[in-house]
Amino acid sequence: MVHYVVRRLATGVLTVLCVTVVLFAIMHSMPGDPIRMIADPRTPLEQIEILRARWGLDRPVYVQYFFWLSRVLRGDLGTSISTRQPVARLIRARLPYTLALAVGALVLRYLIGVTVGLIVAVRRGSWADGVLVVGSTVLRSVPSFWLGILLIVVFAVHWRIFPISGYVGPVAIVLPLLSLMLPPVADTMRLTRSEVLEVMREQYVTTAHAKGLPSRVVLTKHVLRNALIPVTVTFFLSLPWLIGGSVVVESVFAWPGMGRLLWRSILSQDLPVVQGVVLIIAVLTVISNTLGDIMTALLDPRIRAQYEGVS
Amino acid sequence: MARGVTHSASVSSGTVVAKRPASPLMRDIARAARHPMFAAGFVVFASVLVLAIFADAIAPHSYREIDLKRALSPPGGEFIFGTDQYGRCLYSRVIYGTRIALRVGLIVVTIQSAIGVSLGLIAGYFGGVLDRVICFVTDVTWALPPLVFAMAIVMAMGPSLDNVIIAIAVVSWAQMARVVRSKTQSVKSLPFVEAARALGRSDAGIILKHILPNVLSPIIVLATLSLPSAILSTTALSFLGLGSQPPAPDWGVMLNEGINYIEIAPWISIFPGIAIVWTVLGFNLLGVGLRDVLDPRLKT
Repeated sequence: MVHYVVRRLATGVLTVLCVTVVLFAIMHSMPGDPIRMIADPRTPLEQIEILRARWGLDRPVYVQYFFWLSRVLRGDLGTSISTRQPVARLIRARLPYTLALAVGALVLRYLIGVTVGLIVAVRRGSWADGVLVVGSTVLRSVPSFWLGILLIVVFAVHWRIFPISGYVGPVAIVLPLLSLMLPPVADTMRLTRSEVLEVMREQYVTTAHAKGLPSRVVLTKHVLRNALIPVTVTFFLSLPWLIGGSVVVESVFAWPGMGRLLWRSILSQDLPVVQGVVLIIAVLTVISNTLGDIMTALLDPRIRAQYEGVS
Repeated sequence: MARGVTHSASVSSGTVVAKRPASPLMRDIARAARHPMFAAGFVVFASVLVLAIFADAIAPHSYREIDLKRALSPPGGEFIFGTDQYGRCLYSRVIYGTRIALRVGLIVVTIQSAIGVSLGLIAGYFGGVLDRVICFVTDVTWALPPLVFAMAIVMAMGPSLDNVIIAIAVVSWAQMARVVRSKTQSVKSLPFVEAARALGRSDAGIILKHILPNVLSPIIVLATLSLPSAILSTTALSFLGLGSQPPAPDWGVMLNEGINYIEIAPWISIFPGIAIVWTVLGFNLLGVGLRDVLDPRLKT
């Protein structure tokens, strides 16, 4: 098990390194000159050269990469071109808002998804089952940003229960949370349902029933425990999609998080901020994928056995 | 001698294919047509396709004709869906939007399938170092939040619909590569591939003639299931102002323009969204139906 965890962590670090290279390559293939973009067009050429040297933009690309990487490792993500503020500070101010949104949506999604999926699986073939199959297909076809717009029209414009946009107190999180959480909750319900149905056909479940265990115990101790393994994997794997979704949803609701910062910085071509935000998001993603893999190995004795045999 | 055997074998296999009443794939598609979700999806898809092809005949107005006198008219009367802030007919704009959505979806899926299928075939067939390298690249791509990286790529290339198409395709081929690789690995060891190799076929010939046809059904299923997310991602980027630019009748652009008038003209924000849901739902139903029939074990 230790062997597996170490190897998985090493892969994670390697992945993050690759991400930094890819990110740097993308940003450096940009046409246009970031200095000329911010400088007054009448700025003399020498002045531009001085600025270029100050930002390190006159060095070869790979030197710039290693400079950038070593600064990043020391926690320095550079300075925003448009606001002149440290990127790390900009991100730190917004990270809690994005995490509140993403983690909140993740937890709600799995609480609701697993509960409904389980209920529907137990009552297979009932009307609730049919409603779920059709409803989840419709729900996953709804773009989260449009759901956000609809919620604004209904709950903020028509009924005026919630604020239209911005962060004006904790209640403002309700609508963004709903629009981020509802479309993927359908997938969780369906996955839980199909996994539970599959496990219920296993022989050990029949045995558990046969030896006279109450069905509630069979359901929680035998069925749910095994059915939740794939669900747990998707719990961690869904973080990247959630973050992608939150970029768009934050823009709809003017939510002061990282996604909105990323969007604004892309529109204003603020390279250091975009690099910093994408990097942080990539690191969060890799951490959550790694955790997901390790959790799966811990939960599933079959996977654990594979690696204990090796080490 | 060997050459003669190869030749006659390929000729006879050719005639067998020609005489067979229906290929297994066609039979499966016929079976899929009786699947309720596939049938429903096909009806939805057909409606979108008809709107896209006959948009000029169906749309009552031009999608870009500006008339400020009739700006922000509510739905009803001459304008079924109402008008936007420039007085353009929303109903006509939504109809012309089908062309953009279908085109974008098909191109994204074609590019991402081309990348995913070729990398998957190469990794699965050759194995070894090539496999390890491709797997690592696939894992890295898989580990990135797709929409975020697509946004970074679009920033580097400049906002336009074409760049959004490329960006989305480049970040979303990993699943296809993984599935094709594992299917290729299992097909590779089957006797007919061994036979083809013994007959001296080249690797490229074996991959194209013997392996690709046998991994086709998961490819079709995955490609169909990728269409909805391709459309959702591209409209999301257009909504953020990174894709299609006004006055294109792109549903994402329309929603982006509508949000400024959400309090006085909510209809601008509603109808393009319904069009997105309808189109995406059609492809989702088609994909689920195809998956149930062609490849029940494939889970997404």
